[in-house]
Amino acid sequence: MEGKSFFIDLTRCTACRGCQVACKQWHKLPAEKTKNWGSHQNPKDLSFITYKLVRFQEVVKDGDVTDWLFFPEQCRHCVEPPCKYVADAYDEKAILKDPNTGAVIFTERTKALDAEEIRESCPYNIPRADAASGIISKCDMCLDRVENGLLPACVQTCPTGAMNFGDREDMLELANERLATVKKQYPDAVLGDPDETRVIYLYQMEPMSYYEFAVAGISPMPLYNRKQMLAKLFTPLRTSRG
Amino acid sequence: MTNHWIDLKNSDCILIMGSNAAENHPISFKWVMKAKDKGATLIHVDPRFTRTSSKADIYAPLRSGSDIGFLGGMIKYILDNELYFKEYVVNYTNASFIVNKSYSFDEKDGLFAGFDPKTGTYDKTAWAFEMDTNGVPKQDPSLKDPRCVFQILKKHYERYDLDKVSTITGTPKDKILAVYKAYTATGKADKSGTIMYAMGWTQHTVGVQNIRCMAMAQLLLGNIGVAGGGVNALRGESNVQGSTDHCLLFHIIPGYLKTPKASQPTLEAYNKKYTPVSSDPKSANWWQHYPKYSASLIKSMYLKQDPVEAYPWMPKLDDGQNASFLVMFDEMLKGRFKGFFSWGQNPAAGLANSNKSRNALAKLDWMVVVNIFDNETASFWKGPGMDPKKIDTEVFFLPCAVSVEKEGSITNSGRWMQWRYAGAKPLADTRPDGDIILELTRKIQELYRKEGGSYPDPVVNLSTDQWADDHGEYDPHKVARLINGFFTKDTTVKGKTFKAGTQVPSFAYLTDDGSTCSANWLYCGSYTEKGNMSARRDKAQNDAQAEIGLYPNWSWCWPVNRRILYNRASVDLQGKPYAPNKPVIAWNGSKWVGDVPDGGWKPGDRHAFIMRKHGFGQIFGPGRADGPLPEYYEPLECPIEEHPFSKRLHNPTALKFKGDMEQRFFCDPRYPFVCSTYRVTEHWQSGVMTRWQPWLIEAEPQVFVEMSPELAKLRGIENGEMVAVENGRGTLDCVAIVTPRFKPFKVMGQTIHQVGIPWHYGWVHPKDGGDAANLLTPSVGDPNTGIPETKAFMVNVRKK
Repeated sequence: MEGKSFFIDLTRCTACRGCQVACKQWHKLPAEKTKNWGSHQNPKDLSFITYKLVRFQEVVKDGDVTDWLFFPEQCRHCVEPPCKYVADAYDEKAILKDPNTGAVIFTERTKALDAEEIRESCPYNIPRADAASGIISKCDMCLDRVENGLLPACVQTCPTGAMNFGDREDMLELANERLATVKKQYPDAVLGDPDETRVIYLYQMEPMSYYEFAVAGISPMPLYNRKQMLAKLFTPLRTSRG
Repeated sequence: MTNHWIDLKNSDCILIMGSNAAENHPISFKWVMKAKDKGATLIHVDPRFTRTSSKADIYAPLRSGSDIGFLGGMIKYILDNELYFKEYVVNYTNASFIVNKSYSFDEKDGLFAGFDPKTGTYDKTAWAFEMDTNGVPKQDPSLKDPRCVFQILKKHYERYDLDKVSTITGTPKDKILAVYKAYTATGKADKSGTIMYAMGWTQHTVGVQNIRCMAMAQLLLGNIGVAGGGVNALRGESNVQGSTDHCLLFHIIPGYLKTPKASQPTLEAYNKKYTPVSSDPKSANWWQHYPKYSASLIKSMYLKQDPVEAYPWMPKLDDGQNASFLVMFDEMLKGRFKGFFSWGQNPAAGLANSNKSRNALAKLDWMVVVNIFDNETASFWKGPGMDPKKIDTEVFFLPCAVSVEKEGSITNSGRWMQWRYAGAKPLADTRPDGDIILELTRKIQELYRKEGGSYPDPVVNLSTDQWADDHGEYDPHKVARLINGFFTKDTTVKGKTFKAGTQVPSFAYLTDDGSTCSANWLYCGSYTEKGNMSARRDKAQNDAQAEIGLYPNWSWCWPVNRRILYNRASVDLQGKPYAPNKPVIAWNGSKWVGDVPDGGWKPGDRHAFIMRKHGFGQIFGPGRADGPLPEYYEPLECPIEEHPFSKRLHNPTALKFKGDMEQRFFCDPRYPFVCSTYRVTEHWQSGVMTRWQPWLIEAEPQVFVEMSPELAKLRGIENGEMVAVENGRGTLDCVAIVTPRFKPFKVMGQTIHQVGIPWHYGWVHPKDGGDAANLLTPSVGDPNTGIPETKAFMVNVRKK
């Protein structure tokens, strides 16, 4: 398959927040007003002005911390993005998919969409709307940088090699190589939705330990799994084109 | 560092202790990860499970301040299990030296011979070596003589058994053994272990002894001078290594020369005092060249005079005078200073005992603050608890340029001097420090010339023309060339003739008679006739260099671009590398290949540790203020009344002060918890720069105190609620982060709780960020360096 992909090796992430800040800097996104809510994770959640967020999760067994997991979250740039298929029913120009890279791009036209519907269509709980304008935003794969031969800002900044970006084939090869190596120390290591997404995380343990929306295994819409949901969407389109 | 950042990747075992490298030196983890990719074991020993611990193969919890227990135990483990690299220990360390009969250690009293209780200092002559008739230390290479260093070492650490170590550190025995086993495996000839340490070790009243202990372990294991080894301090600022090399500290002058004393009225007397003499023909005794370096330095300051003539103009200390930072502020509080330049620093938040520091500033007639943003020092007079009407200090704020607006070099932890160009132009009338210094100096010189003064010569004769270009403007290239040094007249050295004005190619060509100038002999070679060596960005390496990532053509490091120090110890006496898969240097039959060797002499012609008078790595170190061997003492504020190693609770030579603001609290039921200060990735130092950066404040908005769930339960504290951390020095309101990453320690049979606070915040900005952690820290310090003990002190924590 063509296009670009990220490979994010979580065994190398030290939660330095370089990626979180680099994203803000490149996109000139304002800082949120935050408080220390008893955690190092800040902002607490993604938002219209926060596309990249490092999540922190302590793993505790019998009162002992055995691991501290870090999850630098971002849009997965799905190969078949459900957010786009929902949006296309209203306006095919609101959410675009770049044919060269596969990047899923939200435009200003998302303001006419139902933000809640778009968000709920995402198995990873990514899209966030601006209360004032209604525009929805998320990671854009730094498409402007990529089209000019640069790496996305988060990848450029990462010091440890957790963040990787390149041709999809190369990233999948790297992901599988690392998985094989990491499994020697972490037998439960797994890649997250490698076939369905362009942002492939390597988890050292069960992905849900990191964050409830890490992988698409349990969809936010308990009535459908992903396949069923897409089938449901496609049917009316096929009929209308009939 | 004896080694450098990239070299970390060559290690078989990385011990991170007294450091939280993943958080505070995030880029270092690029190289730590590469070491792990090659199979290295990563160990983290720390009071708290941090972002570093999350990547470690072994994490061991340790109570703040108990490091010498842990490290002394490791030395005992190495000796008991014969894990030391014997050939290295015999040939390259002073393990075989015979110690004079005057030396002794009282295990009950915890005192070395030579202690004077009246002055609280040691007479170090009691720790001398036994000399032969030639003045060379007597040695027993079999290491059996009961008075040889090796046997004394064994005896000294006999007390440091597993039970005692565990009960004083609070570290479970199985964890202690896991660390010892993994780390001491690097005693094998072809294996290397490295230590990454920082303020967690230095900021104690036993700070220097912490590092000595690890250096001794490294010498026993043969880990110094080799790839992936060394004793590696992770410096806390991008150019603090540079500032240390150029010796901004009171007791040294550029190039680690000693500050002259009033009792040394002439250059000859000064040189005689500090130039070591060795009669061992195999000892390079590199400091024998001291007079060349001192003369060249003085010449660089006073180009028109002979160094003998200019020496009296050098500032002097009184004998025994301590002018370190804590002492300075103690004197300031007593009203002993009229004025103070607070240049690129924020002592009102960054120095221990903030209330004392802030009150001291109020005693000044004037203060000049040079900084980029408003801070707690500049605005001390309107801070919490201050009444501006009662404060007479006149404060001048000179806004300066930021690093990216200036051209010049910075020197990193690995001694690499890297030239940087100005990116943006300084805003408005902010100016680079060099420009400010030059203009200030010129004005002071002018006033001295016009109005006279008690002693104008040292100031009016400064060769400021050497700091400026032809237009009279500060020129970093001119200064860099002066630092390297040049020939002041046509000179012949070592058979080579140099014309006046030629850059000196290396410190081997410096002279003691004023025919060379060099503002820092260590940097001689950095800016030569070939150009600015520190501006080089060439990644070219030969195969051997590439194997260990030397990058000899990228920037320039001191000394003479030698990337790994003491590398003569990386080979045997025939010049064959101990680690053939990662050699640093090797003798090919006619010359050395690889890194710049520690002197070009043939293998075995000189002892390996060329900077030491006798030429050997010092396991027994008779130069420190508090003893030739590290000994366990508790922090001056501690939770226990006794420890198992001796009856002496505290370092008897620790720096202490008298006065109302000097009350110390140990075993005080009002303040039962150990507290430490630390940092986060997202902020830097006292936060002067980072607190004004919205994306950084967004990530870490407020001062917090991390505590265990057990302590939170004890005090009824919920995660995220505001609490007060307090002791007799101050109170700090913080957000509580309740986390099992902190666990209570079992120490001497008691449950001891520890908490920690980042010291990045201050009341100036943001308004809801919180104030300085140093409100709580004590003004007590290490006897060698004066560094404050901010990593272990006592507090109470309570709900607000």
